[in-house]
Amino acid sequence: MSINRRGFFRVLGVTGAALTIGRDLKAAPKGNDEIEFRGVLYDSARCKGCHGCEYDCADANGLPPPDPAKDLPPVRKTSETKRTVVNEYNTSKGKVFIKMQCMHCNEPACVAACLTQAMHKTKAGPVIWRGEKCMGCRYCMVSCPFDIPKFEYHSPNPKIQKCDMCYNRLKTGEMPACAANCPNEALFYGTRRQLLSEARKRIVENPKLYVDYLYGEHEAGGTCWMYLSPVRFKELGMKTNLHKGSYPALTKGFLYSVPSIFVLFPALLLGIQQATKKENQNEEDEV
Amino acid sequence: MSKEITMAPDNEGKPILKFFMGELKPKGKILTPFNIISVPIILLGIVLIIIRFWKGIGAITNLTQDVPWGLWIGFDVVTGVAFAGGAYVLTFMVYILNMKKYHSIVRVTVLNGFLAYVFYAGALLLDLGRPWNVINPIIGNNFGVNSVLFLVAWHFLLYMIAQLIEFSPAVAEWLGARRIHKILSGMTIGAVIFGITLSTLHQSGLGALYLMAKEKIHPLWYSEFIPIMFFVSSIFAGLSMVIFEGSISHKVFFKQISDKDHHAQNGIILGLSKICAGAMFAYFFLQVLVFIHERHWDLINTPMGYWYLLEMLGFVFLPMLLFFYSYRTNNIKLARIASVMTILGIILNRLNVTVIGFRWDAAVHYIPSWMEVVVTLTVIFTELWIFRWVINRMPVLRDSPSWAKKQE
Repeated sequence: MSINRRGFFRVLGVTGAALTIGRDLKAAPKGNDEIEFRGVLYDSARCKGCHGCEYDCADANGLPPPDPAKDLPPVRKTSETKRTVVNEYNTSKGKVFIKMQCMHCNEPACVAACLTQAMHKTKAGPVIWRGEKCMGCRYCMVSCPFDIPKFEYHSPNPKIQKCDMCYNRLKTGEMPACAANCPNEALFYGTRRQLLSEARKRIVENPKLYVDYLYGEHEAGGTCWMYLSPVRFKELGMKTNLHKGSYPALTKGFLYSVPSIFVLFPALLLGIQQATKKENQNEEDEV
Repeated sequence: MSKEITMAPDNEGKPILKFFMGELKPKGKILTPFNIISVPIILLGIVLIIIRFWKGIGAITNLTQDVPWGLWIGFDVVTGVAFAGGAYVLTFMVYILNMKKYHSIVRVTVLNGFLAYVFYAGALLLDLGRPWNVINPIIGNNFGVNSVLFLVAWHFLLYMIAQLIEFSPAVAEWLGARRIHKILSGMTIGAVIFGITLSTLHQSGLGALYLMAKEKIHPLWYSEFIPIMFFVSSIFAGLSMVIFEGSISHKVFFKQISDKDHHAQNGIILGLSKICAGAMFAYFFLQVLVFIHERHWDLINTPMGYWYLLEMLGFVFLPMLLFFYSYRTNNIKLARIASVMTILGIILNRLNVTVIGFRWDAAVHYIPSWMEVVVTLTVIFTELWIFRWVINRMPVLRDSPSWAKKQE
């Protein structure tokens, strides 16, 4: 034996120490430049309904230009050719506009649903779709509480269309196209932390203008896009019945039970099989 | 070992090619009512499938952006797999609990289950928008391990292999490959244990797929217990299918079934009825508990509420009583009626979760197009064709050759 008991423990101790230290060293720099999610705060009190963002969005993403006048009433929806739409509502405070697009959830249901990692939550915040991985099962559409991913049903090579917060522009340091070009400053781009403090500031400074609610702060476990509004969000056709926690957490219980069943069931079944087999053999012996 | 297959001794030592060519020829009459109905539908279905791949899914389906999963998932996959549950329940009874009484129907049930998985999971490929990427979750470069669908996809694949192993001795007997038969028979118990575990997980997994669609499914059908409901109901769904399918097989393939097995059939049906009644009682009780727990009394007096009551009372509670009564009074006919009602009830339940109750509040409701129905029928009929082809050639319903029995 080239290694005795004491030597073995020494090696074990050194290896263990090296592993723990190594891990600490690796983790240290990560904590310093922690990246925060980026997002956009949409202020429907500032939006004048010019639909400019729709044109900018189509332009930036190579989609056909929108025609808001043509498909106005009653409520326009995002579609496989429109990643964002602005709708007009007659509310208790007169005409109010509201912009719809992907909310870029902190814990997106579509990403948890995707079995090929085609839907991906980037570290910067945007939820993006990667065509080379997607198999077109549309489970993301089933799971998304905001009904955002859209599918090109009439194409033999269909894509999922959804707002990706102009991820390619973000990578080069630019803002999303809609936020960069809004003439009324209704779209405020920043880190999620900045959005939260900006939104609270606006509500505090102008309590008569805004309802005291920040849509997206808790919806679906928190989203990167957040909304301020002069009227209750129900009046603007927003989904107000949504689960306030993370959607992927809804499947956690099931997924956690999988390993235990996978280990315990075969053992149990084998045990039962052996037990019943013995019984039968004994019976045969007695006969 | 491969030589032993090529020179299949029990098939008069014909070379493999000649043997297969002979087996490909139809056995039996050609102009049967089943053929006359199924052939035109299958041909039409093939044309529709070509159009679907050429012009996109929207060309032949009525799917919308709000309802992305329709008949092909809700019926073909979710309902079809529930009916294929008979295979894991029966293998549990015969191989794990050693209930020898049911041994004669294990093979046909496993064959049914295997073909159901191949075809209904195969139907999934038609529904995939980008099917060329279907290997992504399998080959390992893109594991979406947080996804319930990832789990279900893998379990489908593994379970198909397990079922193929369970069924493979019949293939070996057909080919007359004795040594391979012995090896494959030895693998049965392992495959059964693996298969039951996989079935438990993916039968419930199909329900778990819908857990994230929390606000989209009508509250009477959505609860966090969907996975358990799907699992428990797959037990009596599968067994009802065994009773129903067995009754038909015994008429259609009458000549292949030995007198002994034929007489045992009634005892089997009554035994299965008893199990169905028990499982349905558990399921019904579970549904009542969930209903009371979720406090949905206000929803009962609505059209969807009546629909829910119809499903629960008319297609769960009533067939449960019929099963129980048929067992107590030895009434085979009643058991068959109960099995048909249960089958309808399962179809109703799965469609209520996946299609009818899914976005029940949407402005435009999804109603499957006739083309989707034809493609679904094409899948079912093609499966039945293969099923008949196998039954007429391999020892599934008929007795195994004597050499195979000696090996066991």
